[in-house]
Amino acid sequence: MPIGWYILASVIKSAIVLFALLTAVAYSVWLERKVVGHMQNRWGPTRVGPFGLLQPAADGLKFLFKEDLTPPHVYKPLFLAAPMIAVIFALTSIAVIPFGDGIKIGEHWIPFQITTEVNTGLLLILGVTSIGIYGVALAGWSSNNKYSLLGGLRASAQMVSYEISLGLSLVGVLILAGSFNLNDIVRAQQGHFLGFIPRWNIFVQPVAFFCYLMAAYAETNRIPFDLPEAETELVAGYHTEYSAMKFAMFFMAEYANMITVGCLAALLFLGGWNGPVFGPSIVRAFLPVIWFCAKVFVFLFIYIWVRGTLPRFRYDQLMAFGWKFLLPLALANLIVTAIVVVVKPS
Amino acid sequence: MLSVHLILFLAFGAVAVAGAVNLLVQRHPINSALSLIAVMAALAGEYLLLGAEFVAAVQVIVYAGAIMVLFVFVIMLLNAGEEERTRGSRVAIIFGIPGMLLGSVLVAWVVLTHSGTETVPAGVWPERLSGVPAQSVPGSPHTIGPLLFHQFLLPFEVTSILILIAIMGAVVLASKPTVAGSPPKKVKD
Repeated sequence: MPIGWYILASVIKSAIVLFALLTAVAYSVWLERKVVGHMQNRWGPTRVGPFGLLQPAADGLKFLFKEDLTPPHVYKPLFLAAPMIAVIFALTSIAVIPFGDGIKIGEHWIPFQITTEVNTGLLLILGVTSIGIYGVALAGWSSNNKYSLLGGLRASAQMVSYEISLGLSLVGVLILAGSFNLNDIVRAQQGHFLGFIPRWNIFVQPVAFFCYLMAAYAETNRIPFDLPEAETELVAGYHTEYSAMKFAMFFMAEYANMITVGCLAALLFLGGWNGPVFGPSIVRAFLPVIWFCAKVFVFLFIYIWVRGTLPRFRYDQLMAFGWKFLLPLALANLIVTAIVVVVKPS
Repeated sequence: MLSVHLILFLAFGAVAVAGAVNLLVQRHPINSALSLIAVMAALAGEYLLLGAEFVAAVQVIVYAGAIMVLFVFVIMLLNAGEEERTRGSRVAIIFGIPGMLLGSVLVAWVVLTHSGTETVPAGVWPERLSGVPAQSVPGSPHTIGPLLFHQFLLPFEVTSILILIAIMGAVVLASKPTVAGSPPKKVKD
């Protein structure tokens, strides 16, 4: 394929994925308010549109028209850059995620992925998310406010600590698949055990899935690990001084990160786009994408469910849990997996 | 016509050099740290262009993602302010510029005399890798893994012990001094 066509295809795919992702971000906020509302015997948003479905649009408009305050005591360049860093890197990591196998149009094979297959796709996602920490850390520092600084410090300490467990929990899956390539990892999960249990990694690596789940909650600063924005002690944490669209950008980054983490969980542990495929060829091509989205939705729902259920950890409990429990558990899982893979006759 | 590769190479190189210059010029430590991150990211881009995907990813994760976060962390915690401009030390002016020239001449000489030769000594790639499919270009995890854990196992393990010693040293230095003879105070949970 000539490079011009390649760039055109990438631009079109980026536009589609970005649109879908931002819509998903807006509606996961709606879903969260609705589900948590029902869990607490409330209705959640009901006024704007049927079932409050237009609430995200109304919120977006409100954010656009609110007064955009920049407090006088902030360090301005970084105060402005921090929300951009947060949202840009949150949206970038979706680029290497495959949503399905692909479709053949004419003689061109179009993969359902912005890039082509990347050999180190998983590592790239980890790298991009680790850079995203700067958004939060710099927001806290540049606000020149004690609550913001504490929130930023907590967020970066927490993210750096849990990144280790997150990475280690993934190594077991990598050993089984023998590749960093996300497409290969999904392909390694095709087929069934005993004829009916899908060969998903969640059944082979349940301990790794548990570690991933816990570390993912901590990485995205969600309850029960939402200490960086614990409102009872820190006002609003790192985004205390932000208003209007700048605040909305942090919000978008948080939910985009949740979705990316959910996509990774679906790819690595829930068999990616594997699922029953039937019907005419056009349905066959797009059904895997629907399975994939359904798996991500389940993961997002668990996020919201946990938020409606659990209280917040104390900070020392958070660190003790990460370093004294999760890290050894992930290490033990890694060692056991390695031994089993070496000993087991293939 | 310039190829896309060359354009990207020049762009990343320009970002790296600009970041490095900015690192020196900026007066606020946090701006310097951020320009260092830009340099690291641009270098990762160069590695990607060379086909070393794994090294590029590790560069971003380890340097830009982990080590620089700690740098920024320290700057934030110490609340380091703007640096004062000084005229610089005389030693640096006298020896710095000739030293820099000498260094660049050395690097240029090495590059010019060794360009075109095989960069990897023969026999380094394990022979059983020759049958592995096309994705195992030099620099992919499939080739780096066996190299690290077979050919260069001893240096790899020695490095890890070195890092362990550094961590233990940091813990010892950071721990509160206890009175000699008395047992260390238990921290209540």
